[in-house]
Amino acid sequence: MNPVIECHGLTKRHGELTRLDSLDLTVQEGEVLALLGHNGAGKTTSMKLILGLISPSAGTLEVLGGAPDGAHAEILRRHLGYLPENVSFYEQLSGREVLDYFARLKRIDRRQVDVLLEKVGLGHAAKRRVKTYSKGMRQRLGLAQALLGEPRLLLLDEPTTGLDPAATRDFYETVRELRERGCTVLLSSHVLPGVEPYIDRALILGAGRRLALGSLEELRREASLPLTIRAKGRWPGIDWSAGWDDTRIAPRYLNGSALELGVHPSAKMSALRRLTGTPGVEDIDVLPPTLEHLYAHFSAPVAAASSTSDQRGTP
Amino acid sequence: MNTTFIVARKEFQDGLRNRWVLAIALILAALAVGIAWFGAAASGGMGFTSLATTVVSLSTLAVFLIPLIALLLAYDAVVGEQESGTLLLLLTYPLSRTSLLLGKFLGHGLILGAATALGFGIAGVVIAFAADGVVLGDLIASLGLLILSSVLLGWVFIAFAYLISVWVTEKARAAGLALGVWFLFVLVFDLGLLALLVSVQSGGDWLPWLLLLNPTDGFRLINMVGFESAQAYTGVTAIAQNTAFHAGWLLLILVGWIVAPLGLAILRFRHHSA
Repeated sequence: MNPVIECHGLTKRHGELTRLDSLDLTVQEGEVLALLGHNGAGKTTSMKLILGLISPSAGTLEVLGGAPDGAHAEILRRHLGYLPENVSFYEQLSGREVLDYFARLKRIDRRQVDVLLEKVGLGHAAKRRVKTYSKGMRQRLGLAQALLGEPRLLLLDEPTTGLDPAATRDFYETVRELRERGCTVLLSSHVLPGVEPYIDRALILGAGRRLALGSLEELRREASLPLTIRAKGRWPGIDWSAGWDDTRIAPRYLNGSALELGVHPSAKMSALRRLTGTPGVEDIDVLPPTLEHLYAHFSAPVAAASSTSDQRGTP
Repeated sequence: MNTTFIVARKEFQDGLRNRWVLAIALILAALAVGIAWFGAAASGGMGFTSLATTVVSLSTLAVFLIPLIALLLAYDAVVGEQESGTLLLLLTYPLSRTSLLLGKFLGHGLILGAATALGFGIAGVVIAFAADGVVLGDLIASLGLLILSSVLLGWVFIAFAYLISVWVTEKARAAGLALGVWFLFVLVFDLGLLALLVSVQSGGDWLPWLLLLNPTDGFRLINMVGFESAQAYTGVTAIAQNTAFHAGWLLLILVGWIVAPLGLAILRFRHHSA
């Protein structure tokens, strides 16, 4: 199977600034990849390169089997869906008219317009002008626009900004459906807890460089961050702060009836053995590091480096 | 349907929705009927004077209004979409930058064309019915020429507006520059020419040709040709009365004034960074 996106040493320089520094990435069909990073990490630059809006300064990039900024673009763009980060549609037109315009431009069957409006929950507002829409409704209109023409590749820049929790969940359900149909999805998001269950892999960028790439499982292994173990119960007379004959287990928080431990993955079983062997412990929760912890772990060195170099100034 | 026409259709729809077409047509019609009616006020009279005076007065009105309307209509064509984020989106669609800009031009051109034809057309109908002693054939011919040249003049300034719109990155700056362009071509140029005319002692055969450097003067000349009696009212263009500027050539020059800025705008837009 051919990869949908394949790039080697992909670099984009903008004057003195290097926006993206030799990125290697292969994305397979039907994969959901999250692009994570601080502002200016290179997320939007990567998306623009993949969309063919800008040309790479160095390296190779192929999207759906061709360079996105060349002659291939004409074909590629019919199979692409894109939701930009900040977009406000034509205020004077109704939601349906806006979608109709984009459907015409993409040369697709315009019966899709009503189906999509219904799907994103704008069926009742289709005839109202966009000017009367709320932030969340505008975002959903943008999403409907990106889904026009059953794209093979979908790029979503901060798709859940402005959506309420229910709409966010609906949105990720849509992403899951698309994936099952074989659509490849690239999305960037700041709201990390929301995306976690829906992504296959995450690409963490920092200052234009790839800091980490992999599934959650792979990232956890690579980071080997401590797990959190929480226990509840009644344990008069037991001092949980001592008695761990293992430096990989660190008690974090305790009182008479609750306990929290930071545990290195390799010491998980020994910690659990002591907890389960203690009468009075009624409940145990094992919490692996979340995407948020992983993200903080991988992007910490870059954040620290950039703040110290700012202070140092030019030598 | 070709992408250019899809864009044009949407721009026209937007123009109808914004009531641009209606507003322009009503303003032009009201002012035109007013001018036709109070044309003789300067000489103490009331009512319709002559076709020549009326058409020349109408063209003076058009010289001020049409460029302003065109610039207002089109100054944010590109920079506005850039600010709202839709430009970035449109560029990821299967649509070339040239057809995007040409489609917009077609749409805006149609808005201005329809509104001008409607506005001056209403005035023409009112004159035909209410004024005495007007030969219908003459009225149609001279109003037709007025409408045609007004539309061309409007398109010239739409092209200028696009050139501004692809050049700047802020809507406010585009608006400022558009006003500057209006000021330059509608007011400053003629004042400068007047100053030159006064300071040149002898010779000056080349002076009339300078009029061709300004599309609004080209427009004035078109509507002056054929009205011998009207030349007293036409201001600085009167210096051209001994030069044989043919209306057909002048229209062609106006077309040139459309093509040049529009071509430049397209060239610039194609190298626009996303």
